[in-house]
Formats: sequence, structure tokens, C-alpha cells
Amino acid sequence: MRSSVIVFPGSNCDRDIAVALEKMQFKNQMIWHKETSLPKTDLIVIPGGFSYGDYLRSGAIAGKSLIIDEVIKLAKNGCLILGICNGFQILTETGLLKGTLLRNKNLKFINKDVNIKVLNNKTQFTSKYKLNQVLKINIAHNEGNYFTDSKHLQELRNDNLIAFKYCDKKGNTNLDSNPNGALDNIAGIFNSKKNILGMMPHPERMIDKLISNDDGVNLFSSLLN
Amino acid sequence: MAKLFQLNLKKNKLKFSVTVTLKKDVLDPQGKVVENTLMSMGMVNLKSIRQGKFFEIEVDENDQKKAEEKVKMMCEKLLVNLIIEDYKISKLI
Repeated sequence: MRSSVIVFPGSNCDRDIAVALEKMQFKNQMIWHKETSLPKTDLIVIPGGFSYGDYLRSGAIAGKSLIIDEVIKLAKNGCLILGICNGFQILTETGLLKGTLLRNKNLKFINKDVNIKVLNNKTQFTSKYKLNQVLKINIAHNEGNYFTDSKHLQELRNDNLIAFKYCDKKGNTNLDSNPNGALDNIAGIFNSKKNILGMMPHPERMIDKLISNDDGVNLFSSLLN
Repeated sequence: MAKLFQLNLKKNKLKFSVTVTLKKDVLDPQGKVVENTLMSMGMVNLKSIRQGKFFEIEVDENDQKKAEEKVKMMCEKLLVNLIIEDYKISKLI
């Protein structure tokens, strides 16, 4: 499986995701945002960080960079795209994923391990997880408060496009288990074809029991399947 | 010569302002904090505050309609996230 990680000025989780991908035996390449074409690839990862210092809106400037036209083209052809944290924000700015990420409700940058629940395990990203499995994954963001219009929210629910929801240890999704005010506790969503996943939590930080846990491993092994 | 150049420059320059505000239904936590702070400072008549963004844009164009079209395009393609924000263009010069 070949993967490409797009690097923007201000990306800071690009090397973490590269380590995770390589550990999982992906043949990974780093792609600078000024490139206009991508080498053959099965998975494109837009990593976390603060591309362009979050100027204008998080992900807005990166969402208009040169490489993005190519990413959009490949996405439409069914290439797998994973956007993590700032990558999720960038995907919403490109229009590949609907909705947007607002400032956290409590106005604070939140960096902590939270529980999330797998809502759909019948996708290429999540097949190795159990349905409703509760994971502990790190979040680190200032704008993670997912928002979308009511029509799209209905579409997300009806078509099973919500990938992960914030929950408590037991899997209950409620206001207390919602760290950032995200609509319906949404932590990650798919596009309608389910070849694009955007998520605020960082699975690449959870691949080694020695430093955290290995709850993120199954996301990558699902992709390898 | 310098004067003439300046005159020409002025002729081909139109200036607009763009105000970007969060849509009515979108929560504005920053505005809310500013509001609460002003209230606690004793501004009792304050009803509500919504925070937004302001851009000043100069366009090298002398046809106002064309220039406005350009500014509109800039707004919709980059400056504004139409899902959560509204914008208003006003002519300055």
C-alpha cells in the first residue's frame, strides 16, 4: 500500500503520521504542497498542525494550495483520503467534506486523551474495529467544534456517515463527554462515497503501548486490508 | 510626471471594504466573552455583541461593476466560509 503525506508550512504532525504509516508497512512519501502532481498512491494523508499559522480560518489557505487540485481530482476517482485534525479542517475548506470546524466552545486549546466511539465499522478506514467500540485517542485542537446545516446532519445520520463520536468510557454520548461543543458529539465524518475520512482525534499518536496506547493501530490496519 | 502618475494610479483604483460576520444561528464564543467582559465592566445597557472580520481591498480597475464582481469572487472563493459566515461589500473610494 502506497501512501502520500502532504506537507504544508506549519504542518507539525506530518512526521508522526509518517512514522505510524511506515510502522504499519505503508510505502510512504512526503509531498510538499507546491507540487502539482502526486506519485502513484493509494492513500493521501493530510496531517495535523497549523498550516499557514491558521491565518484567515484554520485550513483556509492550505485548502487553496497547488497540490489540492490534484488531491480533489484523485478523491473524485476514489483514492482514499485521510485528514487528521488540521487535515480535517483543510478537507472541509476544499469542499471534499461538508460542514466546518468552529472554535472550541470553551475557547480553549484542548490537548487530552478522550474517548471516541466507532459508529460505522463497514468502511475501508474502520473495518478492523468493532461497532460501538470505545477508543481512547488524543485530541489537540483549538477549532474542533464540528458544525453543519441540519440537512447535511440528517444525511450524515441517515447514510451512516458519522465515523466517530466523542463519548465517555462506557460509550455514552452526551454533553459531558463532548470536549469541544461539536454538533451531535461528532469527532469524524466520511464523505458520501466513504473514501474520505476527516477526524479531529489523532490516531497516529496511538500506535505504541510504550508511549500511549495502540487504539489507533486498527485504523491503519483496516486501510491495509 | 510624478503628479501625472499619481493621478493615473488614483483613477484605476477602487477601494472596497468587506465585513464578514458569523451567521445568526452560529455560536460566537469570542463575541460572547467580549460581551460578558463589557457587562462586568458596568456597560449595563449592552444588549449583545457578535465579533467579525474586516478587510480593506483595493482593486486595479476603473469599472465599478467589474471591480465589485472581483471582490465578490474573492469573498466567495477564499475570504468567507459561506456555511457559517455572511459578508457585506461596501465601496470606500
